[in-house]
Amino acid sequence: MKAFANLLERLAFTAGRNAKLTILAHYFRDTPDPDRGWALAALTGTLELRQVSPSLLRRLTGERVDAELLALSYDFVGDLAETIALIWPEPEGALADVPLREAVALLQSTGKLALPGAIATVLDQMHPPERLAFLKLATGNLRVGVSARLARVALAALGSRPVEEIEEIWHGLVPPFQPLFDWLSGGARPEAAALAPFRPVMLSTPVTPEDLQALTPEDYFAEWKWDGIRVQAVAEGGERRLYSRTGEDIGRAFPDLLDALDFEGSLDGELLVRRGDQVASFADLQKRLGRKVISKAMLQSHPAALRAYDVLTWQGEDLRSLPLSDRRARLEDLPLRSPRIDVSPLLRFTTWEELAALRAAPPSAVIEGVMLKRRDSPYLAGRLRGPWFKWKRDPMLVDAVLLYAQSGHGKRSGFYSDFTFGVWDGADLVPVGKAYFGFTDQELQELDRFVRKNTVQRFGPVRQLAPLLVVEVAFEGLNRSSRHRSGVAMRFPRISRIRWDKPAAEADQLQSLIAMLPPAEVEG
Amino acid sequence: MARRADQILFPTDSGLYCPDGDFYIDPLTPVPRALVTHGHSDHARPGHGAVLATRQTLEIMAIRYGEDFTAQKQVAEGPLRLGKVTVSFHPAGHILGSAQILITPDDGPRILNSGDYCRTPNPVCLPWEPVDCDVFITEATFGLPVFRHPDPLAEARRLLASMAEFPERPHLVGVYALGKAQRLIALVRQAGHQEPIALHGALQRLCDYHIAQGIDLGPLVPATDAKGAQLVLAPPSAFASPWVQRFRDPVLSYASGWMTVRARARQRGVELPLVISDHVDWPQLTATIRELSPQEVWITHGAEDGLMRWCAMEGVPARPLRLVGYGDEPE
Ligand SMILES: [Zn+2]
Ligand SMILES: [Zn+2]
Repeated sequence: MKAFANLLERLAFTAGRNAKLTILAHYFRDTPDPDRGWALAALTGTLELRQVSPSLLRRLTGERVDAELLALSYDFVGDLAETIALIWPEPEGALADVPLREAVALLQSTGKLALPGAIATVLDQMHPPERLAFLKLATGNLRVGVSARLARVALAALGSRPVEEIEEIWHGLVPPFQPLFDWLSGGARPEAAALAPFRPVMLSTPVTPEDLQALTPEDYFAEWKWDGIRVQAVAEGGERRLYSRTGEDIGRAFPDLLDALDFEGSLDGELLVRRGDQVASFADLQKRLGRKVISKAMLQSHPAALRAYDVLTWQGEDLRSLPLSDRRARLEDLPLRSPRIDVSPLLRFTTWEELAALRAAPPSAVIEGVMLKRRDSPYLAGRLRGPWFKWKRDPMLVDAVLLYAQSGHGKRSGFYSDFTFGVWDGADLVPVGKAYFGFTDQELQELDRFVRKNTVQRFGPVRQLAPLLVVEVAFEGLNRSSRHRSGVAMRFPRISRIRWDKPAAEADQLQSLIAMLPPAEVEG
Repeated sequence: MARRADQILFPTDSGLYCPDGDFYIDPLTPVPRALVTHGHSDHARPGHGAVLATRQTLEIMAIRYGEDFTAQKQVAEGPLRLGKVTVSFHPAGHILGSAQILITPDDGPRILNSGDYCRTPNPVCLPWEPVDCDVFITEATFGLPVFRHPDPLAEARRLLASMAEFPERPHLVGVYALGKAQRLIALVRQAGHQEPIALHGALQRLCDYHIAQGIDLGPLVPATDAKGAQLVLAPPSAFASPWVQRFRDPVLSYASGWMTVRARARQRGVELPLVISDHVDWPQLTATIRELSPQEVWITHGAEDGLMRWCAMEGVPARPLRLVGYGDEPE
């Protein structure tokens, strides 16, 4: 538990992705089985534990600590699990470390009546860091900023394997992942045991008009790039699954689409909310994401759909080694019965100029560019440059005023490089987004100097700035948002230019942002 | 008739005042006569008529404020008669030169002002010494039961472990110039780190002073450029200044008792919070009160609600002095 507690502590305070990977890789390297497997399960959300309620923990602590001191402490610390970890009476003398596997076993198999006593007993054998780790496990709330994907990338590094290989077998594995660790340390590869397994996806790289001049239009198919979620829809052996492109099973949030997978095969496509022929915005799709229970009303108002653009397997046959032109022919002939599944149409073009014209005037606001795919390419895992390109629509631009700054980390450590910016709403500036600035070192220094000179107030690590500097913000899309004061939320905003020349009063108005919103949507 | 404790010493706008001896303890404003517990700038201020303190506290004040920080200075050695009371200085275990001040009136309760104190062994100062008293004046900086400082040597080892895990990244530790800096150096030396340690310029003179006092800090170099030592110490304020920009992808760390609480560590924006404190934690604070078993406890500053509650449960009469102006040393 000591090593696991240290892992959580380091991850919770480490912001950089590479540093997180190092910490994870060292942990997996240095920790024995099965503890590292249980840790992996905890980090990837695959650990099924009995959830312990905050009220039970409060009661247990109340039996040992004065209520007033507990209340004062909770007030100061601000987090219940942390308060309890710190305030729990310290055991006397030296303690043997409680292995993670024992803590997991306790939380997996203790009966309801015995649970309070068992928790108290195990807390009595720990020091504060381990108590905190245990309580975070027990309340199902690790919050260390590690995605399942990042954990798998660390594992891939450990075994010198491509992460796609791990993703391919991931869904057949169960905690504590002994066969996986055996394989990564040189043993046999576990068979993809899961029914309807995930198959590592083929990804695209960006392309510019200049790049295109070296390519031959006839070699490529083109289709719209939809602003949805890339998914792999698999129905094999009676099992139906919907995977994200990193192999996360997101099917639970989309029962209506799972119902529609009445075939034997595996399709690659875009998950969308579609009403009749009308594809809804990404914001509508977001409302369906991450929900455990989807209401009937939501299924009605925000129906999910799949727009298929590739077929990977069909009736037990693996089609991935065929050229795209063959797979495409198969896809168009598939007997897909459900109206919730359609095939992404190909765009007709003979020159890049023609394609550019199509790209400039897409028939839907939910299109974010075009995809180019080589006709002769097999379906290959990973992000190879060449077979698939994305040619994104030009970003939207707005001139905004810098409002708050925070220093970055990693290479930008010590430099104020994370910014909140706003636009005018009458005489007020309303925040409309956050972005970091990633241009030249010199610009970074100039911005940093500006921030230090024009700070009007400090809140912890955040500086409020005098509203003087205009920046050009590029973003990929705009949604309505009730969570933001401005009522709009940008997708992938980045600061594209510093406008030292432009007076703040000439920055854009909120009205002009609102005018960029897609047409109003049906509320669900 | 014997004098009451609150007639012998009581809070004023300038700090605690003893009329029988006509002196203030750790006064917040310039006064004719000051008794100073230790050199932290919230306790030791310049501009008094006369200062009575340990030799090391006087020397530290001279380093910080210049030789003329007071009109008159006197080294505290042995019991001294001041007006109608006797005062004596006793080690507090907080920083180099830190002392508790005992006031013994001819007729009335003995009052011990502990200043800031700590009971964890500290290689850079004398250990805290128990002193018999009737009224114990204590700080309550960490006066809540959530504050249980871990073994400081184990914290130093965590720092070294991170340096081994990220050998390419400089580790910048925020420390106060007086006490924490030298203690952290001594701890990492004890934990086996032999390499040179780089110092921000603001730490140099007080480190030199500790070395002159016979405290071995090992090789120290100025942190003038990013190359050189992997371990760099700086005052916490340096992290918010352009000084930090010379280091590429640093691990920012901060050594303080407050790092126990994650929200505090997050607020500091550090990657490696180290819980190393020069103050008593809750177990030490409560154990000290039990050990001294005074008739009364006065609380100068800190989380007094928690300590008041504990004293009430223990049946020890206690009162908060609510002195303002003390706390974390200003940078
Ligand atoms: Zn102090
Ligand atoms: Zn103090």
